[in-house]
Amino acid sequence: MMRRFTAFNLVSIVLGFAFLYLPIVLLVIYSFNASRLVTVWGGFSTKWYASLLENEAILDAAWVTLRVGLVSATIATVLGTMGAVALVRRGRFFGRTLFTGMIMAPLVMPEVITGLSLLLLFVAVDFDRGFWTVTIAHISFSMCFVAVVVQSRLVTFDRSLEEAALDLGATPLRAFVQVTLPNIFPAVAAGWMLAFTLSLDDLVIASFTTGPGATTLPMKIYSQVRLGVTPEINAVCTILVALVTLGVLTATIATKARAFSPQAEAR
Amino acid sequence: MGERKTLGPRIATWIPYAWLIIFFLAPFLIVFKISLSEPTLAVPPYAPVFESLADIWVKIGALSFANYTWLAEDALYIKAYGSSLWIAFVSTILAFLIGYPIAYGMARAPRGLRPILLMMVILPFWTSFLIRVYAWIGILKPEGLLNQFLFFVGVIDQPLTIINTNIAVYIGIVYSYLPFMVLPLYASLERMDETLLEAAADLGSTPLKTFWQVTFPLSLPGVFAGALLVFIPAVGEFVIPDLLGGSETLMIGRTLWNEFFFNRDWPVASAVAIVLLALLVVPIVIFQNAQARMRETR
Repeated sequence: MMRRFTAFNLVSIVLGFAFLYLPIVLLVIYSFNASRLVTVWGGFSTKWYASLLENEAILDAAWVTLRVGLVSATIATVLGTMGAVALVRRGRFFGRTLFTGMIMAPLVMPEVITGLSLLLLFVAVDFDRGFWTVTIAHISFSMCFVAVVVQSRLVTFDRSLEEAALDLGATPLRAFVQVTLPNIFPAVAAGWMLAFTLSLDDLVIASFTTGPGATTLPMKIYSQVRLGVTPEINAVCTILVALVTLGVLTATIATKARAFSPQAEAR
Repeated sequence: MGERKTLGPRIATWIPYAWLIIFFLAPFLIVFKISLSEPTLAVPPYAPVFESLADIWVKIGALSFANYTWLAEDALYIKAYGSSLWIAFVSTILAFLIGYPIAYGMARAPRGLRPILLMMVILPFWTSFLIRVYAWIGILKPEGLLNQFLFFVGVIDQPLTIINTNIAVYIGIVYSYLPFMVLPLYASLERMDETLLEAAADLGSTPLKTFWQVTFPLSLPGVFAGALLVFIPAVGEFVIPDLLGGSETLMIGRTLWNEFFFNRDWPVASAVAIVLLALLVVPIVIFQNAQARMRETR
């Protein structure tokens, strides 16, 4: 057996994961710090969480972020899944290269460019900036991530199942909804999760495209962070980290369980 | 089996296609147009370059390249572009040097452990970018945790100044983009044909030699994919230089942000964006081709 797991491998994994996780762990620990001085440990306390509940500005921002995330992730999932179907199922069509390019480019496009360009579009067509402009902006970049995730699952899906449904007289839409969609569902769900967290996370694009009354949580955090590190921000961050971790873990376990069931049924 | 010419797939194509044309492609054309307009103090702060679509082509001759000559003449912008490319380049190398051993270790870990390790690399990517950058402020500040620790072990007697320097920016970029480097590396290392390594060993190659002559060359697609995934977004990065960098940290994403939000000079901000895009077009096209090739070979 050539692939021995050496001490070197172990050390690089341990150090690598320490590097990835230590900053977040420290942030979580210091959110329970009684002292206002963030880096001096003054005993255990949950008072920063309590004071969060009275902070209207943060709660408002959290509510805006949640709504933007839910709406944009849902629409992005529909559009992105359509895009994935188009990429995998339609061979050559007019402008395919452009389409593929527009799906792939946002994955690496610097956010300042995406944000600025969308803002200028909204200004050019005189669209009132606020909740909807942020949501549209988030849909536009996160649908591309959804498309890539769903596409990778769709290429491995056995198309003959869908063709059998069509031969048995199902309409294409019905064949898709009843045969294909249940099979690619884990990827669609993962795509939704990804779109939701991307939206939850975004500072730059939201800052460009937002308007009065639509301050998102990252924008709020950013403006406070510029003034300095506070235990209260640590507490907000800890809650976000906990929610996302929980969501990702549940989704992974759920999709793992689901991933096995259709194959089991097929046999 | 030929393509079924039905309405469904067509709709599935045209709806996202139209969306991307309106909200991805059209905005770039607008940025391009505005980069060619004269700044005014009106709101929105640019002189309308075109009133109708028909006017666009008529007015192209009369457009002003003043914003671009402004960029070319001001050393600040050129320096910002140069330093963005350099910082992104150095960060990419560092991310590779740190990421490769991690990916290599993961690919050699016991098979049952690999999905968990993979999950653990992906998890930080899901947690907020802003939070992960913010976490470093508390660590790197003069009275921060790193200095406290180094002081405690007795390595230093004067606090190190790391925050608000380029070093902090390197740390921030490497930290934030490390999963993007590790994942493609792991993917290419994990599916490597083991028999090749055995063959090399049977033919008398030392493990080190086998690594350099077999493993590493075979992992190159992963290296390129990872490098592009780190390099391209890092060039235009705003949050990291803004929160961790100092006043001497020049990065073009930050310049663009300042032009837009503080100077309120939209035409110059647009010109900055267009030039940045022009710089990134080549790596982006390489990235797309690599992605397309990977899909075909799968």
